[in-house]
Amino acid sequence: MKKKKISGRILLYILIGLVGIVMLYPLVWMFFATFKENNEIFGTLKLLPESFGLDAYIEGWQGIGKYNYSRYFLNTFLIVIPTTLFTLISCTIVAYGFARFRFPFKKILFAILIGTLMLPNTVIIIPRYMMFNKLGWLNTYMPFYAPAILACYPFFIYMLMQFIRGLPRELDESAYIDGCGTFRCFASILLPLLKPALFSAGLFQFMWTYNDFMNSLIFINSVEKYPIALALRTAIDSEANIQWNEIMAMAFLSVIPLIILFFAGQKYFVEGISTSGMKG
Amino acid sequence: MKKAKRKYRKRDYMGLVYIAPWLIGFLLLQLYPFVTSFIYSFTDYGFFNEPAFVGLKNYIRLFQYDPEFYNSLRVTIVYTLFTVPGKLAMALFIACLLNRDIKGIGVIRTVYYLPSLFGGSVAVAILWKILFMSDGAINHILSALHLPAVQWLGNKNTALVTICMLEIWQFGSSMVMFLAALKQVPSALYEAASIDGAGPVKKFFSITLPQISPIIFFNLIMQTITALQNFTSAFVVTGGGPNKGTYVLGMKLYTDAFGYYKMGYACATSWVIFALIMVVTLLLFRYSSGKMYYEDGGDF
Repeated sequence: MKKKKISGRILLYILIGLVGIVMLYPLVWMFFATFKENNEIFGTLKLLPESFGLDAYIEGWQGIGKYNYSRYFLNTFLIVIPTTLFTLISCTIVAYGFARFRFPFKKILFAILIGTLMLPNTVIIIPRYMMFNKLGWLNTYMPFYAPAILACYPFFIYMLMQFIRGLPRELDESAYIDGCGTFRCFASILLPLLKPALFSAGLFQFMWTYNDFMNSLIFINSVEKYPIALALRTAIDSEANIQWNEIMAMAFLSVIPLIILFFAGQKYFVEGISTSGMKG
Repeated sequence: MKKAKRKYRKRDYMGLVYIAPWLIGFLLLQLYPFVTSFIYSFTDYGFFNEPAFVGLKNYIRLFQYDPEFYNSLRVTIVYTLFTVPGKLAMALFIACLLNRDIKGIGVIRTVYYLPSLFGGSVAVAILWKILFMSDGAINHILSALHLPAVQWLGNKNTALVTICMLEIWQFGSSMVMFLAALKQVPSALYEAASIDGAGPVKKFFSITLPQISPIIFFNLIMQTITALQNFTSAFVVTGGGPNKGTYVLGMKLYTDAFGYYKMGYACATSWVIFALIMVVTLLLFRYSSGKMYYEDGGDF
C-alpha cells in the first residue's frame, strides 16, 4: 500500500515536471534565441547558441526606421504608467461610492456596472474611434487615458468594491464621530488598508495595458508614438530579409518589465486572481 | 432622531458624487458607443462621408452575399470551441493535480502562470510564429521524435490549431483561480465520501465539480467572450491566412473598418459578434441554473 503511494507521488511529480517543461520551453527557447545568429534560429534542434554574443541586442535596439527602441520603450511607459495610475484612482473612488453609500438608484446602477463587465470591446471600438477622431485624439495617448480617468474598467471597480466591503464599517463610523467628512474617511482610514488590493489591481492593469495590441494598432499611427508592440509588429512585416534574432532580442526585452513586476509582486498577483473570480 | 436621519441621508447622496466618474464614463465611453454602433450598423458609413440610413442592407449583405463572413463565423466558432474547453480542462486537470501537499508549489505555480503573463502580447505571438515555421524549432523536435514534420502555418487547419495552442498554453490564470476554489472545498466532504467507499473519480464528479461549479461557470463565460473577439494572435501569427483559414470575425471587423473604412458594415459584423456572445451567455446561464452549488444558496 505504502509502496503504491510513493510510486504514485513520483508519477505525479514526473507529470507536473513534464507539463512544466512544455510550458516553459517556448520562453526558454526565446531567451537563447536572442544570442543566436539569424541562421541558427532555424534548421536546428539545438537550444543553446553557438556562442553568447550580444549583437542581436545591440543591432536590434537600433530598430529599422528613424527611431530606436529607447523611444518605443519610453512610449510604452508613457501609455502604461499614467493609464494604470488613472485607473487605480478613479476605480477606487467609484468602488468606495458603491461599497459604502446607499444612494438612490444604487441597485440599478450596480446592475449596469456588472452588465458592462460583459460588454465586448469589439462593439464599441468603431464609434469610439470616430468619437476620438472628432475630438482630435487620434495618434495621441488620450484614447488610453480617457477610459482610465472615467473608470471604464468595471472589473477593477468590482474587485476593489469586494475588498472594501470586507473592511469593517465601524472604521467609517468612528471616523465620522471624530468629525471626518466622507472623503477624509476614505483617504486617511480606508485607503491605507486598501494597499494590497490596489497592488493587485495595479499589476493587472499594468499587464493588460502593456500587452494590449488592438487599441495601439487602431489609435496610434505615427512611428514616433509607437509603443513596443507596434514596433515589433512592424518589424516582422516590413522587409523580406528579417533579422529574427534581433526581433527575438527586442521581444525578450519587452517582456522583462513584466517578469520583474511579476516576481516582485507575485503575492498580489495570486491573491488578485484568486479573489477576483470568486463569487460575491 | 429625525435630525440624525436627515444627516444620514445627506451623507448618502455623497455616494453619487463618488461614482460620478464612472457614470460619466459609462454614458460617454460605453453606452453612447454601444448605441451608436447599433445605429451605424444600419447605415452606409465611411470615414469620409456622414452615415446614410440603408436599413438592413449591411446585414443582408453579410448573410447573403459575403462568403467571407460565413468563413469567419465558422473559424471563430471552431476557435472558441477548441480554446475555451481546452483551456479550462487543462486548468482544472492541473489544478486538481496541484491541490495536495506538494513541495515547491510556489515555483510550480509560477512556472504554469508565466505564459499567461505575456498572454496576448505581440512578443509572444511573434515567438509562436517563429517556433511553428516549417523550419522552426517545433518541427525539429518532431523529427527528433521520429514524427513527420507539419506545415503548421502553411495549411488552413493546422494554422488554426497553432493559434488555438497559443491560447490554451495560457491556461495559468484559470488554473490559479481553480486552485484557490479547490482549497475552499471542505475536506470533511471527501472524508465522508471515503467512508462511503467512493473512488477518486466518483469524488471528482460528485464533490469537486459541483463545489467549484460557480467559478468554472464564471471562467467559461469570460473566456468565451474573449475567444469570440480574438484578434491579436490571428493578426500577428498567421495574418488571417493561409487562405483565410484563421480569418476570425475580429480580423474581418478590423480589416473592414480600418482597412476599407466601411464603418457601417463593420458595425454590423460587431453586432453579430455581440449577438453570438449574448446567445452563448444566455444558453450557459440557462443550462447552469439549478445546477450550481452556492454555499449561501446563491443570494447575491
